[in-house]
Amino acid sequence: MRIALHALPWLVAIGAYFAMPEQLPLLSAIAIAALFALSLDLLVGYAGFVTLGHAAFFGLGAYVAGILGQQGWGEPISGLLIAAAVAALLGLVTAPLVLRAGELAGLMVTLGLGLMLYEAANKAAFLTGGADGLQGVEIWPVFGAFRFDLWGRTAYLYSLAVLFVLFLLAQLLVRSPFGLSLRAIRENPKRAAAIGIPVKRRLAAAYVIAAAYAGVAGALLAQTTQFASLDALSFQRSAEGLLMLVLGGLGTLYGALIGAAAFTIAHHTLSEASPQFWQFWLGIALVALALLGRGGLMGALRRMTRR
Amino acid sequence: MIALGTCHLTRRFGGFTAVDAVSFNLLPGARHALIGPNGAGKTTFVNLLSGALPASEGQVMLFGQDITHLPQHARVRAGLARTFQVNQLFPQFTPLESVTLAIGEREGQGATWWRGARHGAEAARLLDDLHFPEADRTRPTAELPYGRQRLLEIALALALKPRVLLLDEPAAGVPPAESREVMQAIAALPRDVAVLLIEHDMDLVFRFAERITVLAFGAVLADGEPDAIAKDPRVREAYLGTAEVAHG
Repeated sequence: MRIALHALPWLVAIGAYFAMPEQLPLLSAIAIAALFALSLDLLVGYAGFVTLGHAAFFGLGAYVAGILGQQGWGEPISGLLIAAAVAALLGLVTAPLVLRAGELAGLMVTLGLGLMLYEAANKAAFLTGGADGLQGVEIWPVFGAFRFDLWGRTAYLYSLAVLFVLFLLAQLLVRSPFGLSLRAIRENPKRAAAIGIPVKRRLAAAYVIAAAYAGVAGALLAQTTQFASLDALSFQRSAEGLLMLVLGGLGTLYGALIGAAAFTIAHHTLSEASPQFWQFWLGIALVALALLGRGGLMGALRRMTRR
Repeated sequence: MIALGTCHLTRRFGGFTAVDAVSFNLLPGARHALIGPNGAGKTTFVNLLSGALPASEGQVMLFGQDITHLPQHARVRAGLARTFQVNQLFPQFTPLESVTLAIGEREGQGATWWRGARHGAEAARLLDDLHFPEADRTRPTAELPYGRQRLLEIALALALKPRVLLLDEPAAGVPPAESREVMQAIAALPRDVAVLLIEHDMDLVFRFAERITVLAFGAVLADGEPDAIAKDPRVREAYLGTAEVAHG
């Protein structure tokens, strides 16, 4: 029963590949959003550290993978790994700044870093293409065999496979003593320090891991669309990631997946139905959810299954 | 050898001196109580010892090692554990999880990420020793009765196998019906651990302590064996003018 429940989201994801061949770009977008939400979940949901600038790592990953592809290194897997490493490095460098200050000040620092990177990418047009985006990205076939096709088949299966592997890794992580200590810090940092947990060091580790995850998500976007733009670095993306998490349910890995899927589909449908006005409906849905539904969609599912 | 010592330890908040040049020694295996009227600076003193607050001046020594500038978690690793006057627990964790986590940290495995937590068996044994009821071990901490939460406070500190243990009003607010377990746990603390008990309940203090230090206005007012402290007129003065200290 439990195993069936765990397999369900992945079976749905594979089923969607066959059932909706004309919607593959949307499905890829969901998988990428899910990975981004997953990375935020590790930091916000488990460690309890809220950030408003997580798009910095997503965008950095996107530009690293994109520029690699543009400059003649289009091998996708190594592209992901390099993007992850660069994003992790930025996390490592900025972690002391972000963690130094108190909770609210730390939040402001994440916001500031995100805005800075956005403007830096905008100005560095020689490297990033500025407001026009990064043109001429070429990505080689996955494992030298699966070409990125026009219908987005390879793009979706590739994104889904990466999401799956990183999901399993995240699951290992949150169930380990390390993951337990992150939750302990979220629950009570005072006591966490009093049982010998080096609180700042653990939070820094979570921050770097989340940065690497977001970097991979961004790299996936650049590789599968063969394009990178300032969008990837925008505050909107950071905020949407948080919305997905709250929608799906903080601190549950499946919540991140479900939230990302629900948000992306709602975004897609609402913006098709009323292109000018869709954010209004999204706003209503979010307010209702925040007021009525504790624990997001995962919380609602749990309450239903318990009955 | 002194287990835990301070030398002119001082803490100021703006113009207010909460702890004023306190020099104090805790011997290995001691049963030592720290008492004093409300606002005497007892909890601030504990926070200085544990590293929750930085000292303005003075030194803290643990078995001869200067720990004045060590962060909290490093002091814990050096063998100094504490409990809190107001429960500081992990509300959504079960007691078994909480204790397992503490043991894992003690064993330096807190950064392990590739496998699940071990030490579940040791955690269960520790809870056995404290007569922590089986049924309450796997419920979220937030749902437990208050007395049991106080017991978990002590369990978490003991899981760290400290050499020095600071108990900050362990029995505070526990209703009489639930206090037996907490009292038992305090009475059964390992003899080789030096214990500093901060307490208002004079019955408990005089039953437990072999030595008492009295703090008033942030400074040491008196220090000595329980009988001497009970007879000390300055101590009576500090408590409610002339009221008696406990058994008198």
